[in-house]
Order: sequence, then structure tokens, then C-alpha cells
Amino acid sequence: MIPELGNFSLMLALALSLGLTIFPALGVRSKNMVFMRTGSSLALGVFLFMLVSFFCLLYAFVNDDFTVTYVANNSNTALPLPYKISAIWGAHEGSFLLWTLIMSGWTLAVAVFNRSLTTDITARVLAVLGGLNVGFLAFLLFASNPFERSLPFHPQDGADLNPLLQDFGLIVHPPMLYMGYVGFAVPFALAIATLTAGRLDSAWARWSRPWTNAAWAFLTIGITLGSWWAYYELGWGGWWFWDAVENASFMPWLVGTALVHSLAASEKRGVFKSWTVLLAIAAFSLSLLGAFLVRSGVLTSVHAFAVDPLRGVFILVFLILVVGGSLFLYAFRGGLSKNRANFSWQSREAFILSNNLLLVVSAAAILIGTLYPLFYEVVSGGAKISVGPPYFNAVFVPLMGVLFLFMIFSPFSKWGDTNLRLVLSENKWWILSVIIGVVITSFFLGDNVFFKGLLLKFLAALILFFLFKNLLQRKTKLSASYTGMFLAHSGIAVAILGVVVTTYYSEGKDVRMEPGDKLDLSGYQFEFFGVEKVRGPNYLADQGEILITRDGKKVAILRPEKRFYPVAQDVMTEAAMHVTPFRDLYIALGEPVGEKAWAVRVNVKPFVRWIWFGGLLIALGSFITLFDGRYRAIKEKKARLFSAEVAT
Amino acid sequence: MKFGVMKPHRRQRLVVILFLLITVGGGVTFMLIALNENINLFYSTEQILSGAAPKNKPIKAGGMVLEGSVERSPQNLEVRFLISDMQGHSVPIIYTGILPDLFREGQGVVTEGMLEDSGNFRASRVLAKHDENYMPPEIADMLEEKHVQNKSWSEIP
Repeated sequence: MIPELGNFSLMLALALSLGLTIFPALGVRSKNMVFMRTGSSLALGVFLFMLVSFFCLLYAFVNDDFTVTYVANNSNTALPLPYKISAIWGAHEGSFLLWTLIMSGWTLAVAVFNRSLTTDITARVLAVLGGLNVGFLAFLLFASNPFERSLPFHPQDGADLNPLLQDFGLIVHPPMLYMGYVGFAVPFALAIATLTAGRLDSAWARWSRPWTNAAWAFLTIGITLGSWWAYYELGWGGWWFWDAVENASFMPWLVGTALVHSLAASEKRGVFKSWTVLLAIAAFSLSLLGAFLVRSGVLTSVHAFAVDPLRGVFILVFLILVVGGSLFLYAFRGGLSKNRANFSWQSREAFILSNNLLLVVSAAAILIGTLYPLFYEVVSGGAKISVGPPYFNAVFVPLMGVLFLFMIFSPFSKWGDTNLRLVLSENKWWILSVIIGVVITSFFLGDNVFFKGLLLKFLAALILFFLFKNLLQRKTKLSASYTGMFLAHSGIAVAILGVVVTTYYSEGKDVRMEPGDKLDLSGYQFEFFGVEKVRGPNYLADQGEILITRDGKKVAILRPEKRFYPVAQDVMTEAAMHVTPFRDLYIALGEPVGEKAWAVRVNVKPFVRWIWFGGLLIALGSFITLFDGRYRAIKEKKARLFSAEVAT
Repeated sequence: MKFGVMKPHRRQRLVVILFLLITVGGGVTFMLIALNENINLFYSTEQILSGAAPKNKPIKAGGMVLEGSVERSPQNLEVRFLISDMQGHSVPIIYTGILPDLFREGQGVVTEGMLEDSGNFRASRVLAKHDENYMPPEIADMLEEKHVQNKSWSEIP
């Protein structure tokens, strides 16, 4: 009964979303306030029914209802409870249910926090969001329904969740990522609303900013968690793979980063408004493209879900409608904002412009690299190629280098014009000493790759230096916006340091080890004691034991595992790590290569944690900007106006 | 053209347009060069045996791992095995390192590496399927099978 209830809720949510698309829009057309205001209650309805539906699937998972095909394919009675819950979004259908639930959540949030918008703009925004809800719900119901039953011949037990996904990472990574992806629907909807209304003003940018920053912060967390998860779960200590699906999440992030900055310029100075609208459209379109790439199976990747041509076609049609429709609208209305911009090439506007260009070009480069194999296959009549990490590194890293160079001056840059020469001459000795400091520390780290990455280290150190100098020189009280900028930019610098150090100073070896064998690496000694069998809740494992010592003193005993999941008939590598802020010791078991010998992968990865710590700092900074007084002041003023109205 | 006497907003627009052209033009050129240098073409075992695949250049090769062909070195992590299109064309692969979790005899793999003059393929990366029902698309096409199901994909280079 419960799965049917879930299915029925989806249908009701679809019906209400249709209403949400139609009624507020009708209200705008006929200038009917009552119709325009239906948006909020309809949005609430959609969200509630989505929630009911989500809990129905949760119920089916927790109670091992294997008559539901999706549960049977992705769960098992022996699966631990937290994974039964997260298995909801462990495969295609359920993850799209989560996606749609989050979409309806953002829609409701817009329906609630819209006081600084005029009624007709709110109605337009909600109608656009309603339309997106309709698309996603139709896809859920007609192409990927998680509530389908396999009656009457249902399996006695489930096929188990893919062992790769039986991990804490699955619990947190997809929800955060989807919050980000889908969150970009809000600035998108607002862009469409203002385009149709023909009112591209600063109020629009001001209202878009907190929503964009929130979505972007979630996406940042999602990507950071994904990188961390891949690092420990895929068993070889890489933290970024330029995998097609990683790229799919990274492109909206890059364009979103550009959007966050250009919105600032649009709000404060009224410049780049058309461009900002285009970015808002692009960020959400790239999110949808990501969904298409992951779910259509056109690209092979770690993340790819099951292939089903119908799904691919459905999302492709939806994608073309949304992207094509919004670009068409943009072509007609985008030129509406004519503004006289007055800024010099040293101004903050110019810095933001260069930031935008570099970010968009790098997103385009990644897009081309990701889709090139598809084009190539079509053009060449079926020849298969792949574009590997060398391409992405060669293109992306130099572009980011230039971006970081501009970033150094961001805290000192001023709207309109900056006296860059003055900033440079005031700080020349400081800059010199920061550079010398980096050279000296690199020297004492005793590396043989002295010059590699040195430039990036200079950049990161200078970014941090100017941020802190600016912070100490500030006399006024720190605003939330400034604090957020400070944290996010520091996060970038911290992440750069992490990336550079871990890339150039990591040491790793794949070796054949028998019990008693020792390996020296980066000043640590690793002694292999052998492997024994252990039993987990739903797996059997070979567990290795390795003693790590440094200068004769014990550092840790690590127990990496090779797990076998009998239900899924799958083998999984479970790496073991010893973590400090400054280095990870990372050990993974390969396969048995002799009587008692095993292939063992040993990695020493300095500063690798800094990458993710940087990512979290960026997200934290972005969240803090939401508390800026500017946004609250408007709300309170409006609230006062509202209560005054009620009082009279 | 006298840059100095132009009206400020014109000058500014010119600067912006120049900047845009340089960045985008430079970016695209650079991208295409990088793209051309870094694509790996897939070759079937038949193409490799017939000499259609280039030697000492990074390419991909794939096929089924022949039953009983996997040989390990007793000293280090070197592995040798044969991949085949199951129509009599098999290519010897040499790989040093840890094989992916789902590498098994009789199943499909894709390898990345270079074809040596000796005719051996020295792999720098081996990718194996991560699911019973999954076959890498390259191999599926090669074997001309119609039914391909894709689930997920594991790799350990």
C-alpha cells in the first residue's frame, strides 16, 4: 500500500506543479492578484507531497519491501540501516526522487522568502520553478519511477547496494551536490522572470545574490565531499580524476563562481547585467547537462547510472527546451539593459570581468574535453577516443594561474578605479619577502622538484598575504559580505597549497610484500605482518596489518581490507589511513600475488587534507554572506511596511 | 589611432573587446592544441595485429582476458596476459602494478598504454568492468553484441 501512496503523491505533486506553472502566470497576464498569490500555497503543496513520496520510499527501504523493484535492486536485509536509508539515492530512480524533492524544497523556499520582490515577479519566478518541477516529476513518473513493483514474482532478498556506495560518502555527497545543482534553478528562474517582465535592475541582482551564494556553497561542499570520498574509497589515493561526471559537476561550479562575482558587480555598480543573466542561465543549463550526462549513459564514468535510451532522450528533450527556450528569450530581451559603465581597467569591475572570462573559458575548455569523444565518434563514424587528464591539466592549470594572479589584488581593488601602482609600490618589500619566504620554506622541505609548482605557491602565499593585510588595515566593522569573501578567498589559497604540495611532494609505491617485508618511504618504515580473514555485517574481508614506524618509533598500525560482498558478488578495496593535518599515510591492498604475498599500495600524501579544508572554507564563506545586513535590512523594512498595513 | 584622445567609455570598450579577443582566441588555440595531443584512440586487437595501430604512441586497446593467460612475476608486480576479440586475434599485454578489483580472466578490459616494437602492448592503466552485466562499450562494439547494460565502472591505474 505504502509504495502506491508514494506513487499517488507524485501524481498529486505533478498536478499541483502544473497548477503552479499555470495560475501565477495567468495572474500575471490578467493582472489578477489572487491568481498571482496562489503560487505560495501551490509550492507548499508540491513540497509536502514530494516529502510524503520520499518517506514512502524510505519506508519501503527500511522495511525491506522487495516487491518494489528499486528496493530489490539496491538493498538487502543484511545491509546496515544507514545504508538502507542512503540507498534511496544510491541509484538512478531514487536519486532523481531526491533531486525532485530538493527542487520542490527550493521552490517552497522562494515562496516563503520573497518579501523584497514585487508580487508579479514572485509569481513569474514561481511559475518558472513550477515548470521545472513539472518536467522533473513527469520524468520521475513516466521514465524512472522508483515505486514500480515486481509483483507477483518478487525476489526473496535484495541484490544489495553497490558495495562502492556502502559508505558515509553516499549519505552526504549526493544531497549536498543536488542542493547545489538544483539551487541554481532559483537564479535561473529569476533571470527568466526579469527577462519576461523586462526589468533588469539592481534589485534583481540583490535578490539573486543570497540564493546564488547558497546554491554555490552547497555545490562547493558537494564537490569537496565527492573528492574526499573518491580519495579514500576508490583505493588509490587520487582526489580528482577529470572523470566525465566530475566535470559535469565542476562546470556549473565554475560558471556559478563567475555568477557569484558578476552579480556583485551588477548589484553594486549596475554593470554587466545582461551578461549576469546569461551566466545564470548557463549555470543551471550546465547543471541539467550534468544530469543528462550522468543519467543517459552516453559517457562511461565511475558514476554513470544504468543505460536506458528513453531516459536519455527525455532529459535531452527537457534540456533542449529549457536551454533553447531561455536563450531564445535572452536573444529577444537580453539587450534591454543599456547602461553607461564607467570603470578603468584597474577597477574592481575589470577584475571581476577578467575573473568571469577566465572562469567561463575554463568551463568551456572542460565542456569541450568532456564532449569531444561524443563528437569524434559521430564525425569519424564510430571511432572511440578518450580525452585524458593531461588535456584538462594542460588547459585548466594555466588559466587558473592567471586567475589567481588577479585574485591577489581583489581585497584592495576598488569600484571604479584602483591605484594599482600605489598598491604595488606600498607593498613591494612585502611581496619580495613573501616570495623569498616561499623559496626558503620550499628549500627546507628539501625537495627535488624545487621549481615545479613554485609559481602556484607564490600565488597562494600572496593571496593570503594581501587578504590578511587588508583585514588588519580595516577600520570599519566587518560586514558579513567581507567576512565571507575573506574566508572564501583564503579557502582558495589553502586549497591551492594543498593541491600543489600533494601533487609534487607525494610519494607512493605499489609493491609486492610478504609477511615480514619492510618498505621505506618518505622517512617512514612500513612493515607488513600479513593478511587474515575477517567478517563484516554483509561482507568477508582479507585484512592486512601494517606497522608504520618513524625513526624506530611507532606511528600507527593500519589495517586495509579487501572486501568481498557475496550478495553483489563484488570485490572492494577499503584503504586504511593515518591522518594528521600535514600528511596522510595511505595504504591499500591490491590482490594476492603468491602464497602469502600481496600487492600493496603505499602512499605518503602531504597536505592532502588542505584541499578539502580549503573547499569547506570556501563554502563557509559563501554561507556567511547570506547573513549580510543588506538583505536583512530590506526584509525588516518590508516587514514593518507589511505590519503597518495590517495595523491600519 | 590615437588611443589617448578617445572618449573614456569608447576606450574602455576597446580595451574590453581586445581583452576578450585575446583571452578567448588564446584559450581556444591552446585548447585545440592540447586536445590534439591528448586524445587516445581505441584500437581492436585485430587492428593491432594487422599493423593499423601506431607504435610507441599512447593508445587504448581492449578485449576479453583469455582464460589461463594471466602470468605473474614472482619478484615484482609485473603481470602478463592476452586480450582477445574471441575471433582469434589476441594481443599480449604487460602491466606493472595493481590490477583493478574486478579484473578477471574471461572478462572484458580496456587498457591504456603503448604498443611496443616487439608487438607487446605495455599498459600504463587497466580498466575493468564493475558489474556482471557491464561490458565496456568499445569491447561491446568490437564483439558486435547488441545488448549492453551499463552500470558502473571501476578503475585503478
